[in-house]
Amino acid sequence: MEKGVMRPGHVQLRVLDMPKALKHYVELLGLIEVDRDEQGRVYLKGWTEVDKFSVVLREADEAGMDFMAFKVRNDGTLSRLTEELAAFGCALEEIPAGELKGCGRRIRFVAPSGHCFELFADKEQTGKWGLSEVNPEAWPRGLQGMKATRFDHCLLYGDNLADTLRLFTEVLGFSLAEQVIDPAGNRVAQFLTCSMKAHDVAFIQHAEPGKFHHASFFLETWDDVLRAADLISMTNTSIDIGPTRHGLTHGKTIYFFDPSGNRNEVFCGGDYHYPDHPPVTWTADQLGKAIFYHDRELNERFLTVLT
Amino acid sequence: MNDIFEITEQFSGKRFQCQDGHSVLQAMERQGQRCLPVGCRNGGCGLCKVRVLQGEYRCGPMSSRHVPVAARAAGEVLACRVYPLSDLTIERLAPQGAAANQQQQ
Repeated sequence: MEKGVMRPGHVQLRVLDMPKALKHYVELLGLIEVDRDEQGRVYLKGWTEVDKFSVVLREADEAGMDFMAFKVRNDGTLSRLTEELAAFGCALEEIPAGELKGCGRRIRFVAPSGHCFELFADKEQTGKWGLSEVNPEAWPRGLQGMKATRFDHCLLYGDNLADTLRLFTEVLGFSLAEQVIDPAGNRVAQFLTCSMKAHDVAFIQHAEPGKFHHASFFLETWDDVLRAADLISMTNTSIDIGPTRHGLTHGKTIYFFDPSGNRNEVFCGGDYHYPDHPPVTWTADQLGKAIFYHDRELNERFLTVLT
Repeated sequence: MNDIFEITEQFSGKRFQCQDGHSVLQAMERQGQRCLPVGCRNGGCGLCKVRVLQGEYRCGPMSSRHVPVAARAAGEVLACRVYPLSDLTIERLAPQGAAANQQQQ
């Protein structure tokens, strides 16, 4: 957070059918619907999140991610980072305050990986859902499905990981927490953090730029992950893999698909990172174990199915 | 309606049955067949793309990136979103070499 980038703020996902998407994200994942706008976009959040929203769904004829945004400390930080992004060579676009309801001005840029990112400093704070700000209870009643607590991170597939790493570390102040190195010494996966989490955003090398692998949501316990798996079966939701554990980050996890084919993860646990820690390294010859610690085998679908 | 349709995948020569209201990919998975690669199962990733050579069907929503209008008109659709209305003959069109390996696993 040395450059003032605090955390993932929101992700905007494209869905093919909004009613089906809402059934999935609200009734199965347990996100809370907080608003809608005149474009038909629907705004959601996990119940522990203080800001108004963290997931925006937009109905479109193509699945995938429109953009992922990070919240920065304040407007001065946003202005400074805007200049630094321009100096790095990013094409920038300023999205006016209010284009997303309750969100201040956003600076949009395309990373060398081909993904669209945004920075913003201000968003309406509506508080944790269902809890009082003073003397809050442990959790609110009335949560649905997996009771996802927060939007946690995205994993993105794209090209030019080296320049993407430079942008995120040198300009935005992220740390490289974990990496996968191939026999030729190339970094083929990079997990980046602006906090103590093992990843706030991660990238895997892929020839086609700008692809979306998954959006991830945090659960508290392994029992919650198992319960999520039960709910995936109960609802005949398309499963990818899990419950299992990752080698990378050591998170306990399950993957599944939304009704438009966008991959979701819910997970718990995982490693922590401080800025002085050297990156945790996995070698590509152990990639199977790095990705799925128990199976220890490469899973073709996990590596190739993207939106 | 409890019609059962026969699906023939021409590339592998495999046949399987598909109940009315089930997608081709869902029917294939339920019968333990692997002649088409399985991705997201929800019309987004494009992995299970097939060309329908013969028969009638309807389609659910599919990502336009993988099924542009012209492709759809030519019968190139995603098996996870194809609901047969008659017996079908299809041919797999796996989009990437790596993905096509699923069948051999």
